[in-house]
Amino acid sequence: MIFRSNLIVGLTIFALVVLIAVFAPLIAPYDPISHSNLLYAEEAPGAQFWFGTDEQGRDIFSRIMYGARISLMIGLAVQTMNTCVGVLLGLSAGYLGGWWDEFVQSLTNLMLAIPTVVFALALMAVLGPGIVSLLIALGLTDWAYSCRISRAQVLTHKSQNYVQAARTMGYGRLHIMFREILPNIGGPLIVVATMGIGSAIMAEAALSFLGLGVVPPAPSWGGMLARAREQLMVAPWVALFPGLALFITVLGFNMLGDGLRDLLDPHGKAKR
Amino acid sequence: MFLLIGRRLLQSMVTVIAAVTLIFLLFSVIPGTFVSSLAGDKRDIDPKVLERIETELGLNDPLPTRFANYIGNLVRGDLGTSFATQRPVTAVLSARIWASFKLACAAIGFAVIVGLPLGFVAAVKQGTWMDTTAMMTAVSGLSIPAFWFGLLTMYFISLKLGWLPTFGYGNGGFRHLILPALTLGIAPMALLARTSRAAVLETMNADFIRTARSKGNTETRIVVRHMARNAFVLVLTTIGLQFGSMLGGSVVIENLFAWPGIGALLTQSVSMRDIPMVQGCILLIVLFFLVINTLVDIAYLLIDPRIRYR
Repeated sequence: MIFRSNLIVGLTIFALVVLIAVFAPLIAPYDPISHSNLLYAEEAPGAQFWFGTDEQGRDIFSRIMYGARISLMIGLAVQTMNTCVGVLLGLSAGYLGGWWDEFVQSLTNLMLAIPTVVFALALMAVLGPGIVSLLIALGLTDWAYSCRISRAQVLTHKSQNYVQAARTMGYGRLHIMFREILPNIGGPLIVVATMGIGSAIMAEAALSFLGLGVVPPAPSWGGMLARAREQLMVAPWVALFPGLALFITVLGFNMLGDGLRDLLDPHGKAKR
Repeated sequence: MFLLIGRRLLQSMVTVIAAVTLIFLLFSVIPGTFVSSLAGDKRDIDPKVLERIETELGLNDPLPTRFANYIGNLVRGDLGTSFATQRPVTAVLSARIWASFKLACAAIGFAVIVGLPLGFVAAVKQGTWMDTTAMMTAVSGLSIPAFWFGLLTMYFISLKLGWLPTFGYGNGGFRHLILPALTLGIAPMALLARTSRAAVLETMNADFIRTARSKGNTETRIVVRHMARNAFVLVLTTIGLQFGSMLGGSVVIENLFAWPGIGALLTQSVSMRDIPMVQGCILLIVLFFLVINTLVDIAYLLIDPRIRYR
């Protein structure tokens, strides 16, 4: 029964984050950027400011609500890009084989050898900070797992009867790859993708924390933590709440992934 | 045996060459070079001076020439000179590698010492509250943002309780190492707990365990001699992968704790667009990963006879 609770808790957190992101303007009591008043700088959490205020007197609660939009949007977009790249490469490498397969495998090994955040940092150095650069930097660097899994899956499906039948019926390679095999290997890929959303959100936060991600004053959870160390003694809430939001969101995606794995893939093929 | 090791080494060499090429290409297409960022900071620099700096740094040569130069120097162990400080990259890197290496060793040590027993207990007591607690710890450890965890430990352990220094390297002593190592080790610890649980569960149902039991071995002997040894082989890859990616993983942690290692250097160099330094850092991080993983694969060959004779 444990997997059911994973799935339920994960889904609940996911739904909650989506709702917060969509209705942020209705929930947030203040504007996340323009409402700054130095008279209220570093106010402790209380009735007026639920999660306290930061060094510029901005309401942390409102900034976290709006931050959900950035995290969720980047998480989903980045993981969609990674999954597309990974599946495209893995599917074609597994099905076509030959030199292309060798090439894709070497590329995958290379990507695994360069940690995502490091590669993304390098790309951010090239592209400069900002959301678009962030999407490119993270969306093109973390596809190795989906590539490996789709390749491995294709190899086992390639010799199965339904693929042979499709080939006998004269369908082309593209049709067989995308219309026959892909729908059959979706399960493990969905699991990897779900967990990947969590890692993408975390990577965005890490880059923004380093000052190389979302450009301030946009409310990114990681960016909000960037200056928390200096204020730790006087205003620990600046560090506490954005990190908590990040933690719960990533936990939700990981639990959802775990739950989906147990549901769709009882033999655990999609282990990361 | 030697053939297998040789083939593995060759594979790693290919990845190294590919990585070097990729790193070079990435930074050759940089739209804003170091010089233009220099100009952005201090606007009244004479364009002629900028041009001269560009020529001196070799930024105007054609791409193939630059690549050939880069590779030639690399083979001689020369990674170039830092754009920003004019010091040789190799010298700066070797001055900093020790701090990073020490941090990585401490972190993986923590991960192994806590993670392995956690996974082991969870598997042996499968389905009990101990299993549930251990696995909840593991999934939390995997989901917690390391830099946030670091901030929390900083607040509670250093600022509130005053037990340990908040950040910095100090004189390189143990006390300064604890918090960064704990923070860096939390995710690998969680992953190890999960992997070792799965590994022990897999071994528990293996035929050789049944055989050992039917031979009348004591339960302790079965667990220690048969189960733990076989499960460890399965876990070794995870340890290797985690240790190998430590240098990369420490980028954020080193910044948070003002730890004078490769990760902090990389971030500084990225914000200054000090290209030779960034290239050097990434190369070192990739090399570290590949060396560790090649060593783990070779260790496998030595430990597990089944792989040798495959």
